[in-house]
Amino acid sequence: MKPFAELLDRLIYTPSRNAKMARLVAYFRTAPDPDRGWALAALTGALGFKGVKAGAVRELAMRRADPVLFEWSYDYVGDLAETTALIWPEQATNRDWPSLTEVVDRLQTATRAEAADVIEEWLDPLDATGRWALLKLITGGLRVGVSSRLAKVALAEYGGVDPSEIEELWHGIDPPYAELFAWLDGRWPRPDLDDRPIFRPPMLAHPLEEDEVAGLDLASFRAEWKWDGIRVQIASRGGETRLYSRTGDDIGGAFPDVLDHVTFQGVVDGELLVVLDGEVRPFNELQQRLNRKTVSAAMLRKYPAFVRLYDILFDGSEDLRPLPFDDRRRRLERFFDREAPRRMDVSDLVAFDGHADLDALRVSARGTATEGLMLKRGDAPYIAGRPKGLWYKWKRGPLTVDAVLMYAQRGHGKRSSYYSDYTFGAWRENPETGAGELVPVGKAYFGFTDEELRQLDKWVRDHTVKRYGPVREVSQGLVLEVAFDSVHRSPRHKSGVAMRFPRVSRIRWDKPVADADRLETLERMIE
Amino acid sequence: MPPHSPAPHPETWIEIRPAGMYCVPGGFYVDPVRPVERAVITHGHADHARAGHGAVAATPETLAIMTARYGAEPEQDRQAVRYGETLRIGDVTVSMHPAGHVLGSAQVCLEYRGARLVASGDYKRRSDPTCAAFEPVPCDVFVTEATFGLPVFRHPDDRAEIAKLLDSVALFPDRCHVIGAYALGKAQRMIALLREAGWERPIYIHGALQTLCDLYRDHGVDLGDLQPATAGRKGVARDEFRGEIVIAPPSAIADRWGRRLPDPVICMASGWMRVRQRARQRGVELPLIISDHADWDELLQTFDDVGAPEIWITHGNEEALKHAAAARGYRARALALVGYEEEEQ
Repeated sequence: MKPFAELLDRLIYTPSRNAKMARLVAYFRTAPDPDRGWALAALTGALGFKGVKAGAVRELAMRRADPVLFEWSYDYVGDLAETTALIWPEQATNRDWPSLTEVVDRLQTATRAEAADVIEEWLDPLDATGRWALLKLITGGLRVGVSSRLAKVALAEYGGVDPSEIEELWHGIDPPYAELFAWLDGRWPRPDLDDRPIFRPPMLAHPLEEDEVAGLDLASFRAEWKWDGIRVQIASRGGETRLYSRTGDDIGGAFPDVLDHVTFQGVVDGELLVVLDGEVRPFNELQQRLNRKTVSAAMLRKYPAFVRLYDILFDGSEDLRPLPFDDRRRRLERFFDREAPRRMDVSDLVAFDGHADLDALRVSARGTATEGLMLKRGDAPYIAGRPKGLWYKWKRGPLTVDAVLMYAQRGHGKRSSYYSDYTFGAWRENPETGAGELVPVGKAYFGFTDEELRQLDKWVRDHTVKRYGPVREVSQGLVLEVAFDSVHRSPRHKSGVAMRFPRVSRIRWDKPVADADRLETLERMIE
Repeated sequence: MPPHSPAPHPETWIEIRPAGMYCVPGGFYVDPVRPVERAVITHGHADHARAGHGAVAATPETLAIMTARYGAEPEQDRQAVRYGETLRIGDVTVSMHPAGHVLGSAQVCLEYRGARLVASGDYKRRSDPTCAAFEPVPCDVFVTEATFGLPVFRHPDDRAEIAKLLDSVALFPDRCHVIGAYALGKAQRMIALLREAGWERPIYIHGALQTLCDLYRDHGVDLGDLQPATAGRKGVARDEFRGEIVIAPPSAIADRWGRRLPDPVICMASGWMRVRQRARQRGVELPLIISDHADWDELLQTFDDVGAPEIWITHGNEEALKHAAAARGYRARALALVGYEEEEQ
C-alpha cells in the first residue's frame, strides 16, 4: 500500500504529463505482481467493490468524528475520502500497512458489514496520505490528474509497445492483468482475443469550428447526419453478442429488442435510437431506456430501440479497420444486404454541393432528431481515439437564454471549495398569485474560465441569502447566458422543461435580472 | 459604585459595527477594516492594520511594520505599547501580550470595570524563531480567529516539512525550488527554519520581501545571507538559481516572474496545503504545511489555557469552531465580522 500511496501522492502534485508518465513507468517497474495490476485497474477506473459504497466511508468517519464537524469539513474539502483521511484521529498501533493486494482481495469478498470493520482496522496504522490513498481506492475515481488513457500510454512505454496495442487488448483482459504484464515483460506471447466479442475502441470526431470550415477540402469528405442518440458498438463473435457504449460499458441487458435478433458475426458501429413507426424519437425518450439493467415489456413497446449503422470494423473475423472509409462503407452496405439485421438500418450519406449548401443543411437540422452533420474523410482508415483531421462533427449552433442565478453548490475534484455548480431560473407568473417569480430551469457547471469561476465564486459568497448544507441560495442579482443543445418537456421538473447540455456561455454582469428570459421563451424552443 | 457590583459583561460595552469590533467606553476599534478615528492594532498584516486611522496604538514592532508599508502617516497619532505594558484609553485599560503569529503580533487585553476581554487577533502556539511565543491571558471573554477552524486542519511538525523541502532540493539538484510565502512573517520564518535545519547557502528573495526582511533583521532576527532573486533578463532562465532556494510572495510564483526560474519546483508554505485539491488549484508541486495560525487542536487547547467561560469567534470557519466550543461547555458566539481575508496568503 505504501508505494501505491506514494505514487498517488506524487501524481496529484506533478503538473507535467511526461513527469507523470515517468512516475507511472517507475512504479510498473518496481511494484510486484499483482499489486501493479490492481494499481493499474484503480488508475483506469476498472476497480470496484460491491460491498463498499461511499456511504460506508461516511459511516466509518462517524465512528470517529463528530457528525456536525464532519459535514462542515466535507463541505469545505469537497471530497469524501480526503475529508475522512484528514479528520481521522490518529491512534498508536504497531500493526503494519496492508498490501494493495491484501486490500483488494479482502474487499472483493467482504460483505457490507465486514468491510466497514476491516477498513477501520486498516486506517489506524496508516498516515494521512495512506488513509487518503486507501479511501480513494475504495470509493473509486482517484482524481489524481491521470486519465485512463495516460495510464495505458505509460504502460505501453513500460513494455515498449504502441499504445494502440494496449487499447486493443484492454477490454478483453481483466484486472490484475497478469497475462498483459507477462507479455509486456517478454515472459509470455501476446494474449489472443480474436474469438471473443470484445469492445474495440471507437474512432471519434473533432468538433468543427465555424472558421475551420473554409479550410477543409470538402471534395475528400463524406457527410452524414449526426443522429441524436448514443454511440454504440455491436460485437458478435463465437456465438456471443454484446452491445457496448462508447466507453466500453456492456449495456446489452437493457436492449434485448436489438440484441435478440443479431445473427451476424462481426463488429459494427452505430447510433442507438428510439424509433417508433419509422420515426426517430427525441433523445429524452431514449433516456428512459438508459442506465437500466433490465427493461419492462411496456418500455419495449413504448420506446422501441433501433441502431442506425455508421461503420463496420469486422465482417466475420476479417478486420476492415485498415480500409479507407469509402471501402468500409461499401462493405457495410454489402454486409447489411446480406445479413438484413432487424431493428437496424444504414445511416444515409448526405449529398452536398460546396460549403454554402453544407451549412444550409446543417442549420436545417433543427427539429429532425439530429444534432448537425458528421464529416468523414473518404480515405481515412478506422483509427481508435480522436485522430486529427479525419472526422469532424459540425453541430448546429446552440440555443441560448438569459437566466437568473438562483442556487450554487460547491464542486468536487479540482473545483472543490469553489461554488461551481449553478442552478438558474427563468421568470414566470405564479399560477396562484399571478406575481412574477423565478422557477429553476436547469443546472450548469461548465462553460466558464478559471478566472470567471473565481469571480462567480466570490459573487456567490457575497450574495448568499440562505444555506442548505452545501447549497447556497443567492439574491436575485446575476444573469447568466446559458447555451444548450435542445430543450424538452419534463414532468419531473417544476418548470416542466429540461435542457440538454446546458452550459454557461457568458456571465451577463451588465444585465438587470428583470430583463432575463421568461419560461415561455424556453417553451417555444421545444421541438 | 457599590463595592460588589458585578463586572459589566463585555456584551454591554463591545459593539460589532461595519468597521469592526468597537469598544464603547474606550472609543476605539480593534483592527478596523476601514479608516477610523482611533484604532488598536493586533499585528501588521494588511487586513488587520490598514492605513488612514487618526490614532493608532500597537506594539513598537507593529508600528514599524505599518511605517514600512504605508509610510510615516505624519498626521497620525501613534502610541507604542510594549508587551506587558498598559495604556489607558477612555475608561478602558489596554495591554499587549504576545500572540506568536508574526513579529510584534499581540493579543489586546481590554479591562473595563473588572471585566476582561482578550482580542487575540491571529495567533499560533508553536515555537517560531522570529517572534515571541503566545502567552495565555486569563479573561472573561476570549476573542479568537478561526482560520483553521475545521478538524481536518492539523499542522504536522514544521521540521518534518522543512526536511521534505530539503529532500526535494537534494533529489532535484538541477531545479530551482521557489517557495510561495506571505511577505510578512511566513517568509522570514521559512528562512529562519531553513537556517535551523542547517541550510547555509544564500537564500534568494523576491524584491517584495526585502523591506520586511531588513525590518526583521533590525529587530534582531538572524536570517543569514539573503540575496535578491532579480538577476537576469526577461525571457532568460536564470541558471545560477539551479539547486537554490528562492522565496517569493504567493502571487509571484505562478506569474511570469516565476517562469524565469530554471525548471522551478513550485512550493507553497501554508496551512491550506493540508487539503490536496487546494494545493492543486494553485499549481503547487511541493506543498509545505507550515502555518502561522493555530490548527484545530491548538484552537481548542487555547480555549482551555485561557480559561475564559465565553468564546467569541471572528473570522474563518467559525460555525464548526462554535459547535466544538459549545460541545466543550463554552458559551460560544460567532461575530460575523467581514473584511478579513479567508486566505492566509
